[in-house]
Amino acid sequence: MPRKLTCAELIDFLMDYFDDELDAGEREAFDRHLSVCPHCVDYMESYAATIKAGKAAYPEADKELPTDVPEALVRAIVESRKSD
Amino acid sequence: MYEYSYKNRPFTLEIRSPLRSGLSEPDSTRIRKAAHCGMDEQPTRGASEGSATGGQPVDEAALLARLRAGEDAAFEGFVRVNSGPMLALARRYARSEEDAREVVQEAFMQAFRGLDGFQGNARLSTWLHRITINAGLMRLRRQRRHPEESIEELLPEYYADGHRVDPGNAWGRSAVEKLQCEETRALVRSKIESLPEDFRNVLLLRDIQDLSTEETATLIGVTAGTVKVRLHRARQALRTLLDRHVARGDI
Repeated sequence: MPRKLTCAELIDFLMDYFDDELDAGEREAFDRHLSVCPHCVDYMESYAATIKAGKAAYPEADKELPTDVPEALVRAIVESRKSD
Repeated sequence: MYEYSYKNRPFTLEIRSPLRSGLSEPDSTRIRKAAHCGMDEQPTRGASEGSATGGQPVDEAALLARLRAGEDAAFEGFVRVNSGPMLALARRYARSEEDAREVVQEAFMQAFRGLDGFQGNARLSTWLHRITINAGLMRLRRQRRHPEESIEELLPEYYADGHRVDPGNAWGRSAVEKLQCEETRALVRSKIESLPEDFRNVLLLRDIQDLSTEETATLIGVTAGTVKVRLHRARQALRTLLDRHVARGDI
């Protein structure tokens, strides 16, 4: 990655930045660009907010709470195997 | 953890490094519902993912033999024990409770048909978990409602010098918080579901299902590099879709 980034390059490597996969020089180039480019700061914030919005749209409650098994579903599955 | 706090910004956006795949700290990546949405935190309980036996050790080889032999009682028990976790999983890929149940039913049918081919190189519950995810993704594909925009149409455009053609406006704290509210969930999910399939699937598997890059690559049969590229593009595309609503003041 060149020392001076364009917006296109920054956005291209944004995920690596978040995932901490850039080396010190690359990270420095990133931070330098961000300090002079409010549009890229905006983009980064909305990108992070997008990830959060996606996760929030699928709440953990579905995963963590035990789910009652509807008897009708069990019956339907057992029956459909017999006719498979 | 990186905090971005620039002089002109009214707020900081905390970005936690557990965006990196493979970290198993269930709470650190969970998004707390914004207090002003009026939502209470749901109590969470640890539950093992798809435990085939409700925590009891079972002789998987014996169970598998009974299932392959076509034993009704074994199959019914297998269904009862696994339906709960599978249903909870299917709800992430389904638009309704009825759809979720159909995904579970479809998953069991696939499992039943695939019993002979099952190599035993994973636990039965893990195998069922994967089948359920695939059944869910397949269902989403069949239910595609609107013509998809291509991924290229949803990515930012740049001038030759690397500046964005349409930088738009910042989202602001209010929009960011509203996007995490219960009221906005249906909108966000519908935007995710409208993404082109390959990109939607990776976003669901990585960001929602919290599979690692490697697990996702194995599941869908591509390289880790492809998973990373698709995830980044999927997020950018989703951002574009949400930006339209933020810009219009819908959110």
